[in-house]
Amino acid sequence: MVTMTAGRRPFITPRAVLLLVLTAIVLYPLVWMVGSSFKAPEEILNNVSVLPDTWTPENYPDGWTHFDVAFGRFFLNSAMVASLTVVANCTSCLLAAYAFARLRFRLRGFWFAIMIGTLLLPSHVLIVPQFVMFRSFGWVGGPWPYLPLIVPHLLATDAFFVFLMVQFMRGIPRELDDAAKIDGCSAYSAFRHVILPLSRPALVSTAIFSFIWTWNDFFRQLVYLSDLEKYTAPVALTLFIDSTGQSSVGPMFAMSVLSLAPVFLFFVAFQRLLVEGINTTGLKG
Amino acid sequence: MSNVSVTTRPTQPRPQSGPAAHQRRARPARHRDDGRAGYVFLSPWLLGLALVTAIPMLVSLYLSFTDYDILSPWSDIQWVGLDNYRTMFTDDPAFWHAVRVTLVFALIGTPLKLGAALGVALLLNRSFRGAGLFRGLFYLPSLLGGSVAVAMIWRSIFDRTGAFNVFLGWFGIEGKAWVNDPSTALGTLILLAVWQFGAPMVIFLAGLKQVPVELYEAAEVDGAGTVRKFLSVTLPMLSPVIFFNLVLETIHGFQGFTSAFVLSGGTGGPVDSTLMYTLQLYLKGFANFEMGYASAMAWVFLLTIGLVTVVLFRTGRFWVHYSDGDD
Repeated sequence: MVTMTAGRRPFITPRAVLLLVLTAIVLYPLVWMVGSSFKAPEEILNNVSVLPDTWTPENYPDGWTHFDVAFGRFFLNSAMVASLTVVANCTSCLLAAYAFARLRFRLRGFWFAIMIGTLLLPSHVLIVPQFVMFRSFGWVGGPWPYLPLIVPHLLATDAFFVFLMVQFMRGIPRELDDAAKIDGCSAYSAFRHVILPLSRPALVSTAIFSFIWTWNDFFRQLVYLSDLEKYTAPVALTLFIDSTGQSSVGPMFAMSVLSLAPVFLFFVAFQRLLVEGINTTGLKG
Repeated sequence: MSNVSVTTRPTQPRPQSGPAAHQRRARPARHRDDGRAGYVFLSPWLLGLALVTAIPMLVSLYLSFTDYDILSPWSDIQWVGLDNYRTMFTDDPAFWHAVRVTLVFALIGTPLKLGAALGVALLLNRSFRGAGLFRGLFYLPSLLGGSVAVAMIWRSIFDRTGAFNVFLGWFGIEGKAWVNDPSTALGTLILLAVWQFGAPMVIFLAGLKQVPVELYEAAEVDGAGTVRKFLSVTLPMLSPVIFFNLVLETIHGFQGFTSAFVLSGGTGGPVDSTLMYTLQLYLKGFANFEMGYASAMAWVFLLTIGLVTVVLFRTGRFWVHYSDGDD
């Protein structure tokens, strides 16, 4: 970016200097984390430098096998939960959004108001009764303990994505599905042949944000997963809290870097979309 | 993608003329089957509303009047009336610690975060090459910062032997174990939250782009300087966006859990100094199995957040300026 002097205006203005300094401060923890994951254990904590004095990749294999279950298993579990959440959210929220945005039925305004009301409902408020309920279904600690993490998404409980898609569909010209209906399409085939193909951009946003938020999510996974074998990456990372001492610092850094890598790759690939998408959301991120 | 953001940008109230007006015209018989189809398409959401939201809320309300540890059978539930609430308010110091910690976190962290967001947004609100890159880089912490991984790293940075103290050492300042000192532990949490200023910054930037250039030109004609223009044009025009960010970030702030859990090793320590409300709720419900008490805490939490939102909206009337409104 420094090469962008381009002739017309000098690049080195006070504003540019200030921005560069701020960027350095803001990015320092992240860059330092990546650099430190390649440092020897005794060097990590007290070397402020971003670059290691001596490069060693040792932390990565050490971290991978640090606990009784390999970290690959935790990453696979995380990837599975996140992918299933993406599919569940994209399907269920799209169906609900179509009803709200395009179909006329009794009490639609009422249900829509309720949906908006649940937008700001903190998940912590419902965690106790949900846990009690899912436990009574035999889902908690069952053979596949991810049911409580996935099933709510199948039921379109992420009101935020419903809202996002409703807003998007309102921007699709109504003439299109009206025309389809005049040609004899039912509400179902108008959905399949008109709304579904045109909603792709909203689905992409939903998929990316669902994945990132689920990948980073900790609270619900902490509550529902109790078997080491079934841990997701964030829950497994907290195991490093208890195993203090120099020997686990390096592995902890290495596994932290690995666990952020997918989100970072998403950021690189979809930067524009994510930054613009946040305008619709504001919250989280 | 841009139409997603444009349609819901907080500064733009949804136009009533477009799709809605059209709806009225296109009403005839071909929408007859919509009624049933509507409920078919809505059925997953309705089921979720009942099963995942409404029924749990009622169960939670019931549990809050009981003494219930999840390990014993349902028949062992003891109705205790208002005891949980009474204990909470009069006989549980940890509860009040949690309330204090959460209030400090939200009331100090949120303004700092929004201040940083607005400041950087103003710096970036000028078209120059690379502006998009800066915007993306500042946004990155918002994407990663809520994770366990970053909280773990934060913990190492502010440890006794951590990078922050090495940095202070360059200036001859003797550091301390910031995360283990009750007087500074919450500060490191607030700093972590402020570091994630990118998301509100992006929203501020979108808002700044909406301020009409003519207003600045008119102010300049009237002899306004930079500060005057900021106070008399930018701030009022931006107030709906500031308000939007304030509501979201405050509510978000009340719910901070991950960073507090990780930095305190799941205890809220040292001496309850990072005991966020949600963390205390978790400990009561899932470490002590006091499900009744935790449910009571959840309801107090919900009502408090509702109250704070109402208060914010009430005060918003006095300082939020809607240029397309009546005032």
